[in-house]
Amino acid sequence: MPLVLNEEQRLLRDTARDFLASHAPVSALRKLRDERNPLGYEPQLWRQMAELGWASIILPEQYGGLDFGFLGLGLVMEECGRTLVASPLFASAVVGASALLLGGSSAQQVALLPKIAAGELTLALALEEYHHHRPTRIATTAVREGDDFLLNGSKTFVVDGHSADLLIVVARSAGEESGPEGLSLFLVERKLAGVSCRRTLMADSRNAADLQLDNVRVGAHQMLGEEGNGWAILAPVLDRGRVAIAAEMMGCALEAFERTVAYLKERRQFGAPIGSFQALQHRAAQMQADIELCRSVLLQALSVVDEKPGQLPILASLAKAKLNELVKRVTNEAVQMHGGIGVTDALDIGFFLKRARVTMQLFGDTGFHKDRYATLCGY
Amino acid sequence: MQELESFRAEVRQWLEANCPASQRQPITPQEQYWGGRRGRFSSEDARLWYERMRDKGWIAPEWPIEYGGGGLSDRQSRVIRQEMKRINARAPLYGIGLWMLGPALLEYGNAAQKQQHIPAIINGETRWAQGYSEPGAGSDLASLQCKAEDRGDHFLVNGSKIWTTAADKCDWIFCLVRTKPDGKKQEGISFLLIDMDDPGVSTTPIALISGESEFCQTFFDNVKVPRENLVGELNKGWSVAKALLVHERKLMAEMGSDSPRKIVAPNEAARTYLEFDNGRIADAQLRSDLVDYDMQMHAIALTHFRGFEEKSSGVSSPAALVMKYLGTEAEKTKCELLLAILGSRGLGWEGEGFTPEELDTLRLWAMSKAMTIAGGSSEIQLNVIAKKVLGLPQPAEV
Ligand SMILES: Cc1cc2nc3c(=O)[nH]c(=O)nc-3n(C[C@H](O)[C@H](O)[C@H](O)COP(=O)(O)OP(=O)(O)OC[C@H]3O[C@@H](n4cnc5c(N)ncnc54)[C@H](O)[C@@H]3O)c2cc1C
Repeated sequence: MPLVLNEEQRLLRDTARDFLASHAPVSALRKLRDERNPLGYEPQLWRQMAELGWASIILPEQYGGLDFGFLGLGLVMEECGRTLVASPLFASAVVGASALLLGGSSAQQVALLPKIAAGELTLALALEEYHHHRPTRIATTAVREGDDFLLNGSKTFVVDGHSADLLIVVARSAGEESGPEGLSLFLVERKLAGVSCRRTLMADSRNAADLQLDNVRVGAHQMLGEEGNGWAILAPVLDRGRVAIAAEMMGCALEAFERTVAYLKERRQFGAPIGSFQALQHRAAQMQADIELCRSVLLQALSVVDEKPGQLPILASLAKAKLNELVKRVTNEAVQMHGGIGVTDALDIGFFLKRARVTMQLFGDTGFHKDRYATLCGY
Repeated sequence: MQELESFRAEVRQWLEANCPASQRQPITPQEQYWGGRRGRFSSEDARLWYERMRDKGWIAPEWPIEYGGGGLSDRQSRVIRQEMKRINARAPLYGIGLWMLGPALLEYGNAAQKQQHIPAIINGETRWAQGYSEPGAGSDLASLQCKAEDRGDHFLVNGSKIWTTAADKCDWIFCLVRTKPDGKKQEGISFLLIDMDDPGVSTTPIALISGESEFCQTFFDNVKVPRENLVGELNKGWSVAKALLVHERKLMAEMGSDSPRKIVAPNEAARTYLEFDNGRIADAQLRSDLVDYDMQMHAIALTHFRGFEEKSSGVSSPAALVMKYLGTEAEKTKCELLLAILGSRGLGWEGEGFTPEELDTLRLWAMSKAMTIAGGSSEIQLNVIAKKVLGLPQPAEV
């Protein structure tokens, strides 16, 4: 794992950057927000992204995938972070695709992966039940009835929950309320009887929803993985999601940082560019140092997904915790260093600030991941 | 790749056969071998280990064979360092000559200078001091005033240098001297090599908060320095000085993560000195500080690795410019963390009632304060990042 991009990877990144700059700049998100777009993303854009192969980067060729590896997906996520692209990429191409890839039966894979690869089928992971990431604290129940299961419970902070075609519901078929044992995963059509959904408008103007499951009946063949052993799939899927969202956060931080450094060179006060003031220079330089650390951590975390999955848990927590801190610091400083204009809605910086806060909670806040890192280190 | 792996196997085998068991222990400052006339081996094993490494050419594996180096590539040299680290092998030789002057001289010195000085570094004959800082020129190094008058076949040097590490134990000193009093301050500086036995050179030690007198003030009183000791061109010494600083900063950046020391890692110390509750450190604050430190070091190690890979594949990146700042700040954090973990056991100054490791921890803590000052302070590092990486406009002064 050399932590240096090869030719193909650089090409993918540059293509993504060019495409998004022209097809999905930050103004596109602003437009979705201002028109209160009910879907929350542009289907036309998503189709184009799928045509570029982004929905299928990690999928094998036999399912119409690019089989390019997780690092490639991370590079695209990072570019999406730069322009704050609203799309099903994270929920479907990262989380959904990984869940099916790691846990789907061959029948499920044959039926669903080609559609995911083509961007025709979108997914959402219905996991959280609490206002902090607690992936094993699951009260939603799955009770067997003959060949079926009845699902009951409520879910919150479900990314793309109101727009996805298919939900992956985490439910408890056995065990204590806050343990990993006894969890099962189910593929549930969002339109199925008993599923009700309320879109939640979040700070970042992106898609999330609360879900209610009332006696939702699903066949046993809709189960993903083994009964009661859902954690074996969920754990690596969450780690992949954490690394991918960390990549998006990197893009978000870099863009906010670069825009700020440009402003430091342009804005003049006291007869000089504000970037010549050492108080601002040093804070900018410290952020640059943090960015360098995060770059290495992120590349390593993205690489181990395919190459050394045994190291994924600790690196996923390292990456998510470090990027949480970076994106918080950088977006706060971006606002501060812009002065009054920084707190106006007219400037895009506010969009970065708000998206940062949502990503910081997604799949584990800083405290969650520091605790997990410490635990994995044995203290 | 394949070749490198078979090289690694060879290195491993050779080290296994040649590195004495006693030389695979963390090292104390007293056990380090710095060469020079006053250099002493702490044991027969230390001598043996040094001599074997010297004869193998691995004291400076990347230096040319003709000067006693190993003639190896950066990647091969890294393999040697990794394999040494893997078995906790001690560095056989320490010194500013090896770390800083040698690389700069290989780049800027003439054939005669290289022939005279490089093998002498590897052979442990000369220990070098660094004569950069002056009482009036620290961070603003280019304002230095120590004067060298051009007298044709020699220079006449007058002035003083300060904070010269171990000057009282060194044989030679490389100095930045002013050879042109007017004009831009960087353009009147030359780089001279001075034999400390020359008449007119004297040193006075300075005691530090760590209790040691690591460094000195060095005085030059009408010292005659032969012209052939000028490195690079007259008045162009600033380029040599900067190239050497790159090596110094790289070295300092890696100090925390690389060298095997007697001092324990904070997470190991935690097991000895802290209470645990159900497998977790009971003190929430210390646990949180420890995980912050461990994560930071993990990220720094990955960034060293990325920096090396980028350099060897010709990719330019700002990583190298931020590492001195990050590495030395982390070293300070580590020492504060260790003191906090050791509690009152970390406060022993000397004598009985404390283990040697505990006493070392406090001394190292005091020394760590110097890391973010020496070799360009943290503030200066941030100035450099702001200027070189971010391209921010310079303040009116400077
Ligand atoms: C352990 C140790 C070993 C050393 N060994 C050697 C040696 O062998 N040879 C040698 O020549 N020198 C050596 N030095 C000296 C070292 O290089 C200087 O101490 C260092 O360059 C700082 O200079 P100064 O001490 O004069 O501090 P000053 O330059 O006076 O700095 C005082 C404070 O002001 C800050 N400051 C200065 N300028 C700026 C600026 N432009 N912007 C913001 N802040 C600024 C500094 O960061 C610092 O916090 C050593 C120092 C130490 C601590």
